[in-house]
Amino acid sequence: MIVELGHFALVVALGLAIVQGTLPLLGAHRHDLTLMRLANTTALAQFGCITISFAALTWAYVSSDFSVINVYQNSHDAKPLIYKISGVWGNHEGSLVLWVWTLAVCGAAVAWWGRNLPLPFKARTLAIQGLIGVAFLLFLLLTSNPFERLDPAPLEGQGLNPILQDPGLAFHPPMLYLGYVGLSVTFAFAMAALIEGRVDASWARWVRPWTLAAWVALTAGIALGSWWAYYTLGWGGWWFWDPVENASFMPWLAATALLHSAIVVEKRDTLKAWTILLAIVAFSLSLLGTFLVRSGVLTSVHAFAVDPDRGVFILYMLILTIGGALALFAWRAPIMQPGGAFAPVSRESGLLLNNLLLATATATVLLGTLYPLALEIVGGGKISVGPPFYNATFVPLMLPLLIAVPIGAMLAWKRGNVFSALGRLKLALAGTLATAVLTFTLLDAVSLAAALGFALAAWLVFGAIDDLRNKIGLFQVPLRRVRQRLKGLPASAFAVSIAHAGVGIMIVGMISTSVLQSERILAMQPGESTTIGGYDVRLASIAEVEGPNWTAVRAVFETTRNGRPVADIVSEKRFFPVEGQSTTQVGLDTSFWRDLYFVLGDQTPEGTWAVRLYVNPLAAWLWWGVGIMSLGGLVSLFDRRLRVGAPTTATAHRGRPAGDPAPAAPGAEARA
Amino acid sequence: MRRLLFIVPAIVFLVIAGFLAIGLTRDPAELPSALRDRPAPDFALPPLPGRDEEGFARAHLGGEPMLVNVFASWCVPCRIEHPLINRLAEDGVVVHGLNYKDEAAAARAWLDELGDNFTRVGHDLDGQAGIEWGVYGVPETYVVDADGRIVHRHVGPLRPEDVEQEIRPILESLQR
Repeated sequence: MIVELGHFALVVALGLAIVQGTLPLLGAHRHDLTLMRLANTTALAQFGCITISFAALTWAYVSSDFSVINVYQNSHDAKPLIYKISGVWGNHEGSLVLWVWTLAVCGAAVAWWGRNLPLPFKARTLAIQGLIGVAFLLFLLLTSNPFERLDPAPLEGQGLNPILQDPGLAFHPPMLYLGYVGLSVTFAFAMAALIEGRVDASWARWVRPWTLAAWVALTAGIALGSWWAYYTLGWGGWWFWDPVENASFMPWLAATALLHSAIVVEKRDTLKAWTILLAIVAFSLSLLGTFLVRSGVLTSVHAFAVDPDRGVFILYMLILTIGGALALFAWRAPIMQPGGAFAPVSRESGLLLNNLLLATATATVLLGTLYPLALEIVGGGKISVGPPFYNATFVPLMLPLLIAVPIGAMLAWKRGNVFSALGRLKLALAGTLATAVLTFTLLDAVSLAAALGFALAAWLVFGAIDDLRNKIGLFQVPLRRVRQRLKGLPASAFAVSIAHAGVGIMIVGMISTSVLQSERILAMQPGESTTIGGYDVRLASIAEVEGPNWTAVRAVFETTRNGRPVADIVSEKRFFPVEGQSTTQVGLDTSFWRDLYFVLGDQTPEGTWAVRLYVNPLAAWLWWGVGIMSLGGLVSLFDRRLRVGAPTTATAHRGRPAGDPAPAAPGAEARA
Repeated sequence: MRRLLFIVPAIVFLVIAGFLAIGLTRDPAELPSALRDRPAPDFALPPLPGRDEEGFARAHLGGEPMLVNVFASWCVPCRIEHPLINRLAEDGVVVHGLNYKDEAAAARAWLDELGDNFTRVGHDLDGQAGIEWGVYGVPETYVVDADGRIVHRHVGPLRPEDVEQEIRPILESLQR
């Protein structure tokens, strides 16, 4: 009964979405207040309906209702409760319910918090959101219905893939979807702007919080997935340039570019068409990612569903949505009034460089992801594109970008000077040089890459500190003035420094885990000892243990350093009888300075055990760095100017609203 | 001119969508043989103990269509497909075995247990011959024609429908 209610709620939501996607657009065109306000109601009502639906599905999982096919295929009574709940979205159908629910949350958020948005604009935005909802709800109801019943109902379920029974998985998809779907809001804003034919500073100000929120969620979601792969899969790495990973990374790159180009639109009223295009592209990449992981077009280690029929549906969706948006862009964007000019060296050009490099990087990742498919289709054989390609292309693109970050932050608007910018970065320059020398001497000449990488990280961190220092005038004006400035500093100023410093810290982690990693792969038997990275490791015991729904072989590694005990690290190979699959539990000991990463392998024919031992220096800095980046984004959301009502489009210089199509007649300046 | 630039993103997308549409019609798990319709590689493998002939080498291919089955005692799906291999051999098809990265004694025991109808078996301890053939994993089955050219490659264990719909028709067409 509850399950049928959930199904019905989805159908009602579809009806609401159809209404939301059409009538408010009509209302905005005709300035019909009632029709425009309808968008708010339908958005909130949709949120209510889909919440009911989501709750119904969750109830079916929690109560282990195996008459529901989806629950039968993905759950089991012996599963711990938290994994029964996270199992709701650990499969194709359920994850789509999570997707439309997040879409409804975002729509309701725009309806509720978008009070300072002009009504026609808001109506159009919600209408576009509604149309996206229509597409996904149709997909859900027509091809991927999670509420289908099974008669007779089986007594027990088929269980959940054991790799997915993990706390990290509980948060990874919801975070990612918040990011993907949050980008749909910026997409809707961009479409509304195109329909209205106008982009101005206030548009950029409205777009900013949504882009930030989506970006923060996406950053956290990708990091969670990466961290989860690190401590769960036991491959020793955290990024493999897998198509599904790339599918999440590309929207992130586009969203980062969007964050930065929106600043230029807001401050200088230029780069408008480009920013609109970015907003469209960012969400398009989210949709493309949805397609890639569910259609079976690319093989990947964690493709969700390999189903060409569903793939066809999503492809149609892609063509309609993205094709339609880009067609609208081609038609309407040219009428956007180009804004203020800027010198080749200026903050605008710095941000433009940022965008160009990020856009190129996105295109590179897209190329690498789709190239095997394209090559196969034109008959060039089957290849795979992996880390060597991305290391050769992506890394060289990121280097100039990261070097430019502190300099760009110091450049003046409209016309800047690199030397005076560098002059304000004295602390950063000193810190970078010191780090480079220190690393180089401490780590022997072998690790030139490490020294340069750490120097880059120091450049970013000290550059961020310098940025803040210059803003409050430390060492430049009396301390009392400094304190005043500090108090008056907007949240976004702190946020920028925090986020950029986070990037630097993350790079420290990335460099040291790649370049400075120690690895030993060998066969050991209980009682045997070995050394790695300065640690003495003794395989103390191998024993069989049992868990709630698994049995395992457990290895205990007694680790000491210079005779003093460090940790007893436990690694297991678990076998899940219901699903008939095995997983590896990595033995991980994390500290500020290093990760000890020990993995138990298979038993060899001789009776010894294959083990893989890694020492990853400064690994924690990677995850902390990303966390700090996200924190920066969050802090920025609290900026005063995002909460105070956006100004109405004030008359700019020349007496006409900024961004309106340029009047053809020369006498137009006289118009108010 | 500037207006034309704005249509570029839409065109790029349509090209990508085209590739994706074609991609949907293909099977990503299909692994084409790099040696399709090429002569089988040069190799010479020693025999397994207890099989007193000269092992398996390039010279034994040709003259009539035959199958080469890559197997190993540590490979679970090989066990499942082996009865089908035996049945093919009993029907008169010449099937050679390529014992891939396996301990000779273990392979010997495996064949004793499951039935040995291979015409010849080569023991590829280090996998070098496998590399020459382009072996991706175990089991794999290659169809070689009378001229010693690799005509077909089946990756993974043979199921009854693979034998009926894939292997037998190819062998029949080669006999003609």
